[in-house]
Amino acid sequence: MPYPTDRKYTKEHEWIQVSGNTATIGITDYAQESLGDIVFVETPKVGGELTAGKTFGTVESVKAVSDLFAPASGTVTEVNTDLATSPEKVNKDAHGSWMVKMTLKNPGELDALLSAADYEKFVAEEAGH
Amino acid sequence: MSSVQAPAIRKTALNAVHRQMGAKMVEFNGWDMPVEYPASLGGGIINEHMAVRTGVGIFDVSHMGDIRLAGPQALAAVQHISMNDASKLAIAQAQYSALLYPQGTFVDDVIVHRLADDEYLLVINAGTREKDFNWVRDNTRQFDCAVENLSDDFTQIAIQGPKGVNLLQKLTDTDLSKVKFYWVTRGKLCGLSNILMGRTGYTAEDGFEIYIPADEATSARVWNELLAAGKEFGVVPCGLGARNTLRLEGKLPLYGHEISDTINVWEAGLDRFCKMEKPEFIGREALEKAKAAGTKRTLVGLEMTERGIARDEYKVQDESGREIGYVTSGSPAPFLKKNVALAYVPVEHSAVGTKVKAEIRGQGVGAVVVPTPFYKRPKKAA
Repeated sequence: MPYPTDRKYTKEHEWIQVSGNTATIGITDYAQESLGDIVFVETPKVGGELTAGKTFGTVESVKAVSDLFAPASGTVTEVNTDLATSPEKVNKDAHGSWMVKMTLKNPGELDALLSAADYEKFVAEEAGH
Repeated sequence: MSSVQAPAIRKTALNAVHRQMGAKMVEFNGWDMPVEYPASLGGGIINEHMAVRTGVGIFDVSHMGDIRLAGPQALAAVQHISMNDASKLAIAQAQYSALLYPQGTFVDDVIVHRLADDEYLLVINAGTREKDFNWVRDNTRQFDCAVENLSDDFTQIAIQGPKGVNLLQKLTDTDLSKVKFYWVTRGKLCGLSNILMGRTGYTAEDGFEIYIPADEATSARVWNELLAAGKEFGVVPCGLGARNTLRLEGKLPLYGHEISDTINVWEAGLDRFCKMEKPEFIGREALEKAKAAGTKRTLVGLEMTERGIARDEYKVQDESGREIGYVTSGSPAPFLKKNVALAYVPVEHSAVGTKVKAEIRGQGVGAVVVPTPFYKRPKKAA
């Protein structure tokens, strides 16, 4: 699965796509594949604050519970409510199934994140263990 | 400097086959086992679970252990170490039972098969193989009966689901329709002679468990023949993920969760498999006292009434938020499409309909005590 180059990635397997001052966040295809059948997505409400590197929600598959880590800091402006009733969409299209949108507090934080190529290298190593 | 070496992870004879099929592998009780197969093979926990409820799935369960007791006093030995009444077993019949400590708590749960007049086979859990064997050997020394650990001799494959009998029938001349639930037969299977086939399982569904020679070539050949023969029934290879959700829907206990060395038979609700009319077995005396003293906590089924999944070891609270118990196993139930859990709670909170909460990430989330098992397979139309 090629990782889209229009966004950045974390080592905790989130992606973040920035357009102007707004960022869209989801989890990667590698993350959905490792989790298996996703049955539950929990995110903060609109107005909630995310802090870079801190947990901001939960994804659960049939067998596992996994924290969501914020790729950057900001204030939630929109939540993908579709995932509350159809969490399996994340399995079908992880890079198209965003979880929250937010206004970035400090766009400079993005510089510390991985490019698509670096992330691909990172997961290849992780999968190789 | 000396260091304690971690025991090597164990592999079943089908390990290479699972890896070749692209199964996601996990460590389970010291074994490298498939947790689920890829979606391209019809896998994924939900698909695998549904295949077993509606069609057929096959599982490598070779990590399970096997202990054979044979000799003139084999029955007396089995009666001494297990809580069910093995004297009721006809040849080729099996029963669910348990090995107990003198305190009435669990060494393990087992299926006892009577294979011949003086020969019994105990099928035991993977994580308790050595403990169980040592315990059985040490507690049967006074009987004229040989105790053998056959755990490494078999590849055990479970063929589970309403179509399991149809699948297996294609590979054997033995008439499987004559084998009732919890009975065994022996016959030719995939060209191998004298293969033990039991109508047993751990999925709350009809099905068989077969015991074939543990060499890799034979194991792989039979596994592949099962998949090929099962094509017309939509057979799916299944991993431990689905095995767990299937057994949870059926309220089948898992050692270390619903039963353990600190939980007794009454608490676990396994009364009907514990025959107190037997004059003697290890644990009986303690159970008699425990019964007289009254049971304080009991295993119940919970269904989430609010959004959330109660997982293993999560706390259970009463409606006011006071901690009253804990979840032993919790998960989405793929066939029932509900989030369910088994939990130990005080008897006064165990009535069906009692409202409780599961503590999920610090929040009390609503749940209710429901009848169990959560799932019962439909009775076959005559």
